[in-house]
Amino acid sequence: MLDAIASVGRQTLDSLAGMGKALLVLLNAIIGKPTPKKSAPLLLQQMHVVGVKSLLIIIVSGLFIGMVLALQGYTILVDYGAEQSLGPMVALSLLRELGPVVTALLFAGRAGSALTAEIGLMKATEQLSSLEMMAVDPLRRVIAPRFWAGLISMPMLALIFSAVGIYGGYMVGVQWLGVDDGAFWSVMQSSVDWYDDLLNGIIKSVVFAFVVTWIALYKGYNSTPTSAGISSATTSTVVTASLAVLGLDFVLTALMFGG
Amino acid sequence: MESRKTQLTVGIFVIIAALALAFLAFKAASNSATTSGETYRIYAKFDNIGSLKVRSPVKVGGVVVGRVTSISLDGEYYEPLVEMTISSQFDEFSETSSVSVLTSGLLGEQYLGLQPGFIDDSVGMLKDGDYITDTKSALVLEQLIGQFLFSQGNE
Repeated sequence: MLDAIASVGRQTLDSLAGMGKALLVLLNAIIGKPTPKKSAPLLLQQMHVVGVKSLLIIIVSGLFIGMVLALQGYTILVDYGAEQSLGPMVALSLLRELGPVVTALLFAGRAGSALTAEIGLMKATEQLSSLEMMAVDPLRRVIAPRFWAGLISMPMLALIFSAVGIYGGYMVGVQWLGVDDGAFWSVMQSSVDWYDDLLNGIIKSVVFAFVVTWIALYKGYNSTPTSAGISSATTSTVVTASLAVLGLDFVLTALMFGG
Repeated sequence: MESRKTQLTVGIFVIIAALALAFLAFKAASNSATTSGETYRIYAKFDNIGSLKVRSPVKVGGVVVGRVTSISLDGEYYEPLVEMTISSQFDEFSETSSVSVLTSGLLGEQYLGLQPGFIDDSVGMLKDGDYITDTKSALVLEQLIGQFLFSQGNE
């Protein structure tokens, strides 16, 4: 009985300590004197790894998701003679939900897992300790550029995802299924709002970028320096980041569109 | 050379993202032209506004000239008071204009239809803050059905 209570207490303490450590890693990495000369090339390098290399999967999945949305939406809307609402349906579901969320999930799988594995391996091969030996702060040198690269890249990826998805919806809806071209765009324009939909979608993707990158970096930095440790840290990055994104999405949606 | 290639790809990435943003902002979202630029406000009291909402369009003969900017209850009889923001491009509405709550289509969203009134020497033009007195309320489907049934019963 007492053992059971003690184990609950131990787990609570462990998870609190973990959260505290994660916050410290983040704070130490991003707070400090900015050194643009030194960090700009590192940031550029990481944006290439994190952003540019995720571009292909984002474009392809955006295109297909937009096309599927248009196809599914059309079969239902046409029963009510409302196929002209296809444009706003595709645009709103992409801008508000699918763009930020699917991008974050893909990003966690494509870039987050790679970040964790890379940093975990650096730790296992004692590269991080070597940096410290040379009086280079690994948090500033290794963690910070990756964090900023993720935070900057993911909202851009989400924008590209939504734009490509709307184009995919246009291809299927207008070119293939024969929804009127003018109605598709004009009904979309009259129901999509610059602030309500576009800006809120961007805010969502910035929040997701923060969470996913943070989780990936912390899991890597805190992994057990063995092969098994790195593999479990990578798995845990994808699982935790996906769950955090889906949970946060509900909260953000309720705050932005619920009221 | 590696660094140059990285710079190029990141540059292309940023440009694609900027293009996507421009596409979404200008092609997909509306930058509602009627509420930008110079505007003025006029007010109207109704008996019943139906399901009129803030941001509903104000139309003259189907052309959007402004938007509803606030809806409140006013006066000792709690009449719905609607504030409209009209583009200053259209500032020649006479005081005899009337405004009615209309529905686009049978089940569509509701909007305000502004009917310009006659103009002669004795009537002035609507200015910022003026009230339109000639208003027609929303048609409520349930009331219509009720009246129809009532009149059938009397025969």
